[in-house]
Amino acid sequence: MNRASLIFAVLLALLVPVSLLAGRVWIAPTDFGPGNTLLILAELRLPRAVLAVVIGAGLGAAGAAMQGYLRNPLADPGLFGIAPMAALGAVASFWLGPAIPPAWAGWSLPLMALAGAGLGMACLALIAGRTSSDAAGGAGGGMALFTLAGLMLASLAGALTALAITLAPNPFALSEIVLWLNGALTDRSWREVAIAAPLTLAGIAVLMLAARSLDALTLGEEAARSMGLEPRRLLALLVVGVGLTVGAGVAVAGIIGFVGLIVPHLVRPLTNRLPSSLIVPSALAGACLVLAADSIVRVLPLVTELRLGIALSLIGAPFFGWLLLQMRRGRL
Amino acid sequence: MSLVADNLTLRRGGRPVVAGLSAALNPGEITAIVGPNGAGKSSLLLGLAGLLAPTSGSVTWDGHDLASLHPRARAQAIGYLPQAPDVAWDVATETLVALGRLPWRDRGTAAIESAVTALDLAALRHRPVSQLSGGERARVLLARVLAGEPRWILADEPLAALDLGQQLSLAAHLKACAAAGQGVVVVLHDLALAMNHADRVLVLKDGVLIAAGPPVAALAPPVIAQGWGVQARWLGEAGARALVTGG
Repeated sequence: MNRASLIFAVLLALLVPVSLLAGRVWIAPTDFGPGNTLLILAELRLPRAVLAVVIGAGLGAAGAAMQGYLRNPLADPGLFGIAPMAALGAVASFWLGPAIPPAWAGWSLPLMALAGAGLGMACLALIAGRTSSDAAGGAGGGMALFTLAGLMLASLAGALTALAITLAPNPFALSEIVLWLNGALTDRSWREVAIAAPLTLAGIAVLMLAARSLDALTLGEEAARSMGLEPRRLLALLVVGVGLTVGAGVAVAGIIGFVGLIVPHLVRPLTNRLPSSLIVPSALAGACLVLAADSIVRVLPLVTELRLGIALSLIGAPFFGWLLLQMRRGRL
Repeated sequence: MSLVADNLTLRRGGRPVVAGLSAALNPGEITAIVGPNGAGKSSLLLGLAGLLAPTSGSVTWDGHDLASLHPRARAQAIGYLPQAPDVAWDVATETLVALGRLPWRDRGTAAIESAVTALDLAALRHRPVSQLSGGERARVLLARVLAGEPRWILADEPLAALDLGQQLSLAAHLKACAAAGQGVVVVLHDLALAMNHADRVLVLKDGVLIAAGPPVAALAPPVIAQGWGVQARWLGEAGARALVTGG
């Protein structure tokens, strides 16, 4: 475990109990007697906290891997277009609601979102399979093509989602779709944890398999291939790893942006700056960020709870602007 | 452990860049690839490194076809130094050098230390690469290749953008590698550097090998006239020759 992992693991260990106690109704550390308190903790706050940790970890690790892959500190897991595809799948479930058997009703949204993420991954894999990057003398064609394919998928999924909103079957569905797209952990239960946790952990494990190959990209694609990098294997690992982590997150919580962009920057100064040293600490830091943000939105004195996705975008967008300024000054 | 190109033809972006080239390169020597711009020098180097698949012909190392060699086995045998690579992350010198061990998937502490010592980088080991001078950076990048302990070092214009002292210093390091039994292949623009430091020179024009052999023969004035369209002659003695143009 490197220094950054240790720091964020300790921070996470401190944040989890605070998150369990925080909310509209604060729970005193001494108030663990029988009754509603234990119920609130076990059935509401603990699954919500675990889900925040899982989603944050997935987004953080995916962000570190994407920045390493694209050799760009401004890269974000969203560039693969998987999150919008997962969101499109989820939105489709609002449409298909009446046609879904009641026994499946509770599962339709996350499963459709995962199907959307899977479709996005398949499209990317199909494009990757068609790049002749080796013969062209590098993974460059593959990498650029891949990013553009991700943007194309994101645009298409965004347009179709907008169409679904415009043609929403009823005002209730419209409100549900819009609210859901903003991302939140409100009212999530152990069922969402059971869906997201195994997929996210598998995704992080896949990204860790790509870690050394991402290090090789530090000197560019030709140098990386000269060090034994296999571009297609790396691409496959990235698609699966980012697909699982981001897809699982969107499936249970909607779109939560900027975590993958911000977190590697918080971690990088504490490491040797190679992508391999960032993935695990970025997962831990992502968990801290989403858990802290979710705890804060719970205690803000607003009439309705601020959506987590909106809160993180409010933090993330200015941070992105600050990164751009740093880049302009040559400090990034 | 020779590196042999046999009737090698390479294409990039659908365009032929090297046509029917055959050459056997020997370890323990510095082989310079020279030619005018667009002659196919860098493409040939990529082909020899196994990074550009031949459209016909082959490159073999120690009897193995590079195209069928596992990427890691190829990477352990052949170290490739691209021209002025962009370093994506502002890592410390030592971290960058240690990347040379990636093909071996080990820590390779002794090899890294040896590369750091060989290129006089001990004092710079903790310095971020963004704070290195051009000459220091070139040494660090070569050290990264040396840390992989390759049998062959293939470098694309490693001496470009260096001042005279830095060029001579890096050329001396490459000579030491060759003297230690490694094969060294370098793409060079400066014909005087090729004449004075290489053991063997391949001259390319439009993807075709127009001369190969010891520098005095391969870089004779008629070859320079054919390759570059320039009338030139050599002055000075062996190891310290200078090229002058004009009658």
